[in-house]
Amino acid sequence: MALVPSFSYLLSRSRHSSVVRDSVFPKFSIALRKRFPLFFCRCYGPADNHRPITTVEAAKVETTLILKKDERFGSRGETEQVTSSSTIAAIVTSLGGPPGGVGIVRLSGPSAVPIAQGVFRPISRKRRNKSVWLPSSHVVDYGFVIDSQGNAIDEVLAIPMLAPKSYTREDVVELQCHGSEVCMRRVLQACLEAGARLAEPGEFTLRAFLNGRLDLSQAESVASLISSKSKSAADAALAGIQGGFSSMVKSLRAQCIELLTEIEARLDFDDEMPPLDEKSVANMIRRMLLDVDDALRTANYDKLLQFGLQLAIVGRPNVGKSSLLNAWSKSERAIVTDIAGTTRDVVEANVSVAGVPITLLDTAGIRNTDDTVEKLGVERSETAAAGADVIVMTVSAAEGWTPEDGELLARLKSNKVARTSSHVPMILVVNKMDRAISCEWLEKVSSSFTKHVLTCAVTGEGIADLESSLVEIMGLNDIHSGGRRWTVNQRQFEQLVRAREALVRLELSMKEAIPIDFWTIDLREAALALGRITGEDVSDEVLANIFGRFCIGK
Amino acid sequence: MASTLCLHVTRFTTQFPICCRRSTAWFIDDTRRQLLHGRCARRWCCRLSRRFSCSLRLRSPVSACSAQDWNNCSDAEDERYDVIVVGGGHAGCEAALASARLGAKTLLLTLNIDRIAWQPCNPAVGGPAKSQLVHEVDALGGEIGKMADKCYLQKRVLNASRGPAVRALRAQTDKREYASEMKKVVESAPNLSIREGMVTDILVGKNDNVEGVHTFFGMNFYAPSVVLTTGTFMSGKIWIGRTSMPAGRAGESASHGLTENLQRFGFEAGQLKTGTPARVDSRTVDFSGLEPQHGDEETNWFSFDPKYHITREQMCCYLTRTTKKTHQLIKENLHETPTYGGWVEARGPRYCPSIEDKIVRFQDKESHQIFLEPEGRSVPELYVQGFSTGLPERLQLQLLRTLPGLENCSMLRPAYAVEYDFLPAYQCFRSLMTKKIEGLFFSGQINGTTGYEEAAAQGIVSGINAARHADGKSLIVLERESSYIGTLVDDLVTKDLREPYRMLTSRSEHRLLLRSDNADSRLTPLGREIGLIDDYRWQVYQDKQARIAEEKKRLKTIKVPAGDLVADVEEVSGQPVKDSSTLESILKKPHVHYSILDKHGYGNVALTRIDKECIEIDIKYEGFIMRQQTQLQQMAMQQHRRLPDNLDYYSMTTLSNEAREKLSKVRPQTLGQASRVGGVSPADITALLIILESNRRRVEQQKWHQETSALADVSQDTMKATNA
Repeated sequence: MALVPSFSYLLSRSRHSSVVRDSVFPKFSIALRKRFPLFFCRCYGPADNHRPITTVEAAKVETTLILKKDERFGSRGETEQVTSSSTIAAIVTSLGGPPGGVGIVRLSGPSAVPIAQGVFRPISRKRRNKSVWLPSSHVVDYGFVIDSQGNAIDEVLAIPMLAPKSYTREDVVELQCHGSEVCMRRVLQACLEAGARLAEPGEFTLRAFLNGRLDLSQAESVASLISSKSKSAADAALAGIQGGFSSMVKSLRAQCIELLTEIEARLDFDDEMPPLDEKSVANMIRRMLLDVDDALRTANYDKLLQFGLQLAIVGRPNVGKSSLLNAWSKSERAIVTDIAGTTRDVVEANVSVAGVPITLLDTAGIRNTDDTVEKLGVERSETAAAGADVIVMTVSAAEGWTPEDGELLARLKSNKVARTSSHVPMILVVNKMDRAISCEWLEKVSSSFTKHVLTCAVTGEGIADLESSLVEIMGLNDIHSGGRRWTVNQRQFEQLVRAREALVRLELSMKEAIPIDFWTIDLREAALALGRITGEDVSDEVLANIFGRFCIGK
Repeated sequence: MASTLCLHVTRFTTQFPICCRRSTAWFIDDTRRQLLHGRCARRWCCRLSRRFSCSLRLRSPVSACSAQDWNNCSDAEDERYDVIVVGGGHAGCEAALASARLGAKTLLLTLNIDRIAWQPCNPAVGGPAKSQLVHEVDALGGEIGKMADKCYLQKRVLNASRGPAVRALRAQTDKREYASEMKKVVESAPNLSIREGMVTDILVGKNDNVEGVHTFFGMNFYAPSVVLTTGTFMSGKIWIGRTSMPAGRAGESASHGLTENLQRFGFEAGQLKTGTPARVDSRTVDFSGLEPQHGDEETNWFSFDPKYHITREQMCCYLTRTTKKTHQLIKENLHETPTYGGWVEARGPRYCPSIEDKIVRFQDKESHQIFLEPEGRSVPELYVQGFSTGLPERLQLQLLRTLPGLENCSMLRPAYAVEYDFLPAYQCFRSLMTKKIEGLFFSGQINGTTGYEEAAAQGIVSGINAARHADGKSLIVLERESSYIGTLVDDLVTKDLREPYRMLTSRSEHRLLLRSDNADSRLTPLGREIGLIDDYRWQVYQDKQARIAEEKKRLKTIKVPAGDLVADVEEVSGQPVKDSSTLESILKKPHVHYSILDKHGYGNVALTRIDKECIEIDIKYEGFIMRQQTQLQQMAMQQHRRLPDNLDYYSMTTLSNEAREKLSKVRPQTLGQASRVGGVSPADITALLIILESNRRRVEQQKWHQETSALADVSQDTMKATNA
């Protein structure tokens, strides 16, 4: 008797799956009907139906939906994996409160693994040489997240959960990074740049639900969550668009639309329009690309405002790194003793310089040591230095420039070359000025650094100098003096990146002398991306524009 | 088709073996249908005797027949068809031909047999987006492309260098020849009867299914499928200046009564307006000072059938311009035009403005282009393109004579506007069957479109579906992404229409995939499956695809030989050629065409010019094409998800009010269609998805409950039984 429910379950399942099959492979369903008309044609012939036919049933007659593939491309298209939906990413641990120890960035969707492979570099003893990550489901890997330039951003744990054994029943990769907002946002940014889309509020839960993961009682809460959140997100997005930024995006988008109008009008009304000045179009596109670049640069400043900078304080043991951190942050975050090697782990403290949040990372003094714990600390110091935006190397004025300092400098430089391709500014801090012997050596080594500052951490002397040189080096001044103080959120930044990608492709098309119709593809994409920032759609606007602007019609 | 078949079976036993060649399944099906038809016939007779005493006499032998041998009554059989197509324009012809070719016994009812496939406006076929429609109709097995190839006066390729997706063929056609050639085809088509008649009502059965049509002079024609292609005739009214008269076209009477009767069945009707410019006598035009516009030297073709690729001598078009005098005359008489005089509110379509509209709206433009196009080889009529006007007739000749070259012209026909009834197409499914009445199909201007090509595209869809419906087969829907035809139909049934709908390339989101050159490889296999592509065409198609595939393979494998070719390619493209590159890779370089291979002897001489074009496009733009294809497929999975037909949108509180209202009105069939309904936001679609999933689970849960409770009952019973 126990068989009965299981059988009926099977029946209902199979019915369900045939519906799926019909909609996914309409072609297949036709073929079946054709081959076995006896089985099928009766179900669809209204004349055979003895029940009264209503219009609702008439609709069911129409079952054949044809999406024909181009047979000339057919063979290739079919073997290719069809990805059903986009891959989304978001920070899933809470933001805004006090930083937790660990933060999680989650990727979900059909290309979660390829995207993770793009940003994650595993470090394991077994496959040290292999840089591509080959995940096995539910096995944790340790490694680094790198950005598009190959710079290390943070050390993370990657946890792949492959479909269907995951929250959303899609491929999921979770990157556990350091809990500070800066780290999480940078990791997220790397994922977005690698092709993920920022998840809408509640979208993970939505996907989980739509993929049959949650039970029905949870459905209503999902619905209300999404409707309320999308409203508040829309409000927030609108509030977030400040005058300067929105007018710039709007003008960029208007330029896209104008170009599209110019081109499309000629495509549809060829003989009624004066010929298109392709050169001026090309110039305009180039100008737009510059503008988007400019906006992205500004957005990067803005990223500074939002995410801040990471500043690693490195140096030999006992030169006063922890004192410097304490003095700068006006706190007792780090333990200070006279014993060399007191700091074993990376200690963080937050300060604000010219309105930009700066995370100070106090590191263990770097030296060759046999102490296992200290050794790990030293490793972490080097990692921190590698991931930082600015390195502050501290030396003691009391001891002068020692050979160990020279060695450390060489090591930092070689690390920098290996891990990063871009230039990371280094500031030399000569601490313990109150006990200085002589400063003649300073001349010799200062060329290796972007700037040098004399401080006395105990009295707080020189901290102001350090701040001003930081402002100068990082160009933090420009944010205020440039008069472009706007905030760009992650979503807007993502769209700017998409718009830029489209325009870069467009420029390439122009260079390759690809016909003008192809330009519209990328222009449309750019306009769509920019429109998403301001919440406008493209399609009908172009048509309306064509009719509004040009004298067309026979 | 089924009924004709069973007629053969019962009437001529000699034909029985032939019928048996079909599968037994058919036979069984047919016998069942036969019984059914008998039943239906009796019902009609009752209906008839109630309504029309005159037809009682005609039908009386029928009532004497028993259900089984009803089909033997030849009188009745004459009135009965599988498909009735009302209207013999471009939609009607395609519909009737498609239906008849699929084996359905078809009747084409038209007001005037001499006006079949008439081109009342510009005698031209094709142009951007429209030419794609023509190619697609041809790829499916339609007629319009062949006709245009047969009757062209001039052909030009537009947008030649602007990309393969927007390249468009346009043909001036000989208006009279076109109509007479199409008439010949229609007249000689097997299974197709033609009859003059004005349909004033449709006959609807008990289950809201169409049963036939009723004509002005009291005839009833019966069929389970009816296609209405009323064009501008349904309550048509033509205007010149302030004067109007009821007419479908100048000199042809309008059709009355049908709108009201359709409204009685609950259809919503609206009015649209369009117009046509004056015709002048070419013998009175001085062409010497005008800029000639010649046709292309190398002729291109609409049809994929090489049998129709016969070049003809081309005629010339001419270009003239409006002058200061034109503008002055119009400005002085603006109050005489319907729009600016204020007695007609409806504005014409935006892409087809009248000359007064152009002059008022673009004040800074001193002159507008006017094209003079011949209407035929044997007639002196010239079409004055770009010069439609609402001015009264007494001013029209004066106005024409302000144009250079036309100073002494004589006018053959005045410009006029026409107002006509249409039925907003949200009332149709994407198969073009109406939602209200089963078996009733709409095509062409009745759905709010304009243009012969748009009409033909809808015509072939409704013709196919009407025949399939009559045959009890499932209906065909072309998805939006599959073709311009699909895009056209999807737009029609989904979007709000404010002006006659014209196809434009910018209406298609994936136009790079919907090119003219691949219309056959997109749609001919479907046409074959449906049954409109005969063995000959199928062979032609397969040979072409095989040649292309083989050549692409060859180009991929052959390395570029060092020598003149490399030097030439480097010079033309300005890019270096690597040693290891293949012939394929050099075709990808800018400005390099297949002809360069021919020039150096590396081309394939067995290929036609068209084949080479296809190959070049496939190779050159492969990256773009693949990218669009991937984007499309990502989207298609979600978009094609079907929505249940019985959704109560008003009860969905998570949708916005506007979305609830619009979705209830349009009742989209798929999620993608829902997202394209105006006023429906992405958030609404998400909410809809959640509701659908919840509903699905609720149903499953209920089922589970029922099953378990039933099971519990059973087990209780057995318990009782064992206890007893």
